[in-house]
Amino acid sequence: MVTPEDIKGWIEQGIAECRVEISGDGQHFYAVIVSPEFAERNRVQQHQLVYKALGDRMKAEIHALSMQTMTPEEYAAREGQSN
Amino acid sequence: MDTQEKIKAQLQENDIVLYMKGNTMFPQCGFSGRAVEILKACNAKFDTVDVLSNPDIRDGIKQYSNWPTIPQLYIKGEFIGGSDIMLEMYQNGELQEKIKAL
Repeated sequence: MVTPEDIKGWIEQGIAECRVEISGDGQHFYAVIVSPEFAERNRVQQHQLVYKALGDRMKAEIHALSMQTMTPEEYAAREGQSN
Repeated sequence: MDTQEKIKAQLQENDIVLYMKGNTMFPQCGFSGRAVEILKACNAKFDTVDVLSNPDIRDGIKQYSNWPTIPQLYIKGEFIGGSDIMLEMYQNGELQEKIKAL
């Protein structure tokens, strides 16, 4: 069974300077993915980068992965708002 | 007509096409159901394609957009995104703008 830590590891290895916050109940996974690689890309391309990093590893479970992708600046701005 | 041509034809027939599991009355998956609700909330006029009853389309659409999951939203033939991106665009009003501009 795929664990959140598995997914975190695969994504972080597959995208440069990447940090992943992930939670999941074994059925559904929710990931916030932060990397400067997302800067020049639109949302679809950002998510495609994540899917490429995952490759075929979670073909079946990938359906249950909800994700938010952002650059470090966007993440900092968002964190700035919430605390 | 092979699958990719069938998809192109479907995308030309309607401005907004949602490839989903099930249909608007009976979505067969939470993500597809949410996508339908979002489009309804935008008062969008849209067509749906049930990938469960069209296995060839189910794989073909993933190749077409290089996107591994369903649902998939297309506006004017352009791939907009899956359930997450639709929600994000709905929350910041971007999706409503795109639909109004049609």
